[in-house]
Amino acid sequence: MLSASATSGLRDPAALPRLVLTVLALALLWPGLQLSELNLAMLLDGDNAATMGSFVGAFWPPEHGDEFLALLGRATLETLAIATAGMALAWLIAVPCALLATRVLSVSALARGGRPAWWAGALRWPVRLLLIVLRSIPEIVWALLFVRAVGLGPTAGVLAIAITYGGMLGKVYAEICESVDPRPARALLAAGSPRLAAFAYGVLPNAAAEMLSYTVYRWECAIRASVVMGFVGAGGLGQQIDLSMRMFAGGEVASMLLTFFALVLLADQLSRLLRNRLT
Amino acid sequence: MSVRLTGVGLTHANGRRALQEVDLSVGRGERLAIIGPSGAGKTTLLRLLATSLQPSAGRVELLGAEPWQLAAGARRRLRARLGLIHQSPPLPPRQRVVTAVLAGRLGQWPLWKGLLSLLHPLDPAGARDALARLDLADKLFERCDQLSGGQLQRVGIARVLYQQAELILADEPVSAMDPVLASHTLGVLSREAESRGVTLLASLHAVELALAHFPRIVGVRDGRIAFDLPAHSVTPQALDALYANEQLGQPSPASPAPAPQLVTIPRC
Repeated sequence: MLSASATSGLRDPAALPRLVLTVLALALLWPGLQLSELNLAMLLDGDNAATMGSFVGAFWPPEHGDEFLALLGRATLETLAIATAGMALAWLIAVPCALLATRVLSVSALARGGRPAWWAGALRWPVRLLLIVLRSIPEIVWALLFVRAVGLGPTAGVLAIAITYGGMLGKVYAEICESVDPRPARALLAAGSPRLAAFAYGVLPNAAAEMLSYTVYRWECAIRASVVMGFVGAGGLGQQIDLSMRMFAGGEVASMLLTFFALVLLADQLSRLLRNRLT
Repeated sequence: MSVRLTGVGLTHANGRRALQEVDLSVGRGERLAIIGPSGAGKTTLLRLLATSLQPSAGRVELLGAEPWQLAAGARRRLRARLGLIHQSPPLPPRQRVVTAVLAGRLGQWPLWKGLLSLLHPLDPAGARDALARLDLADKLFERCDQLSGGQLQRVGIARVLYQQAELILADEPVSAMDPVLASHTLGVLSREAESRGVTLLASLHAVELALAHFPRIVGVRDGRIAFDLPAHSVTPQALDALYANEQLGQPSPASPAPAPQLVTIPRC
């Protein structure tokens, strides 16, 4: 009897689902490649390669005249300011929404093994829906909209980042809160603690590092996004790149790309520093 | 009357019946130990008394109120008067001991005070006094993940001492401590209950500890109360009947002997 159960017990019950999922993923990916008309051979085509080559060739040497560097410095500061101000506003949107949307602080879930009552879940839905609406429209679309509304300049970029990133941060904060150990917060709620205090004492210590690192990463994304939005007139480095590209000033573009690299490197180091402090 | 259960039953979501027809009355200031084999429903009973579980049948009355008939705000105020000591205290690993202990009064403090205390402990002396009674005063500013399982359990107890709960519920509060420390800690809890005239209910695996520290013993088996006696009237026969499976432990060829129950206390 023992040997019979031993052979039947050796078959990995997870093997079949894994195989099916792999096949399914491949079957879904293949039409995707076809639909997007990805054709790498086009890159190596004679004419295209020559055009790209001459454009990239103009990148060297990067422009480093005093006047240009001053301009670059001001544009970089503007980009950083757009990203930071946008993130600050996004954070103000995200934190209350995340607290409202997360299931961790559900008092009705306490006595129900962690599942909130149906009406509590229904109340969380509008908040989730709001977050979905905020982030489903790309920041570039918001930027175009705000450029119409408030005119050319950084304000449009700040507002666009605040809205889209508010939606993203809110969703991810809520999910980080749900992914950490829920028992400390539940124990506090069961001892009569207010929800916000239960969050601060029970969830935040476990979730803070993750939330912080995601916020810094989003800040890094906001820097890149503010550059893209510069192309539609929302100020900063993007606007400068747009101008330089139109003038085929490869050296200037190269300088600005190097500045990007430095900014992303800075964000990465900052994230690492903050994470080390918190863990 | 601190606790009055009438015909209480509890069926888990998966259909398993954890408690059936439980009647229990505990007067104010009484000290009571709950004993019984693993899986008998001791933890479920304590969580039910801590309003962490809602009964599927019967009536629960705690400190003169019926928690499940109360409005949310009143239930929250009632919960602030109940203190549950967990077997493995749910404390965030990176939280400092002082913060973990002060969290006991979050239910009584206004919100601003709780949030302010997170930035700068407002009552470190109170936390140290609670810890000192459990011989942990030197760990005040340590982080929870630097403590052993037994030390963590004592931090959990210190939190409920600091909370000054009117009904102290303890779920295997000393399971990770050595016998001497376990006895000392139960003594601290008993003296706390006696000096403030509050009610203490503790579930215990160690029968001799229960008999030594508690005047009243309740035996639980298969989700029912098997006996409810003063400690001096608990007979070896009653205990044998309560633990029948585990003490006889006859390994039958069809079912292998039950694995020894491991009580693992996560470091945090």
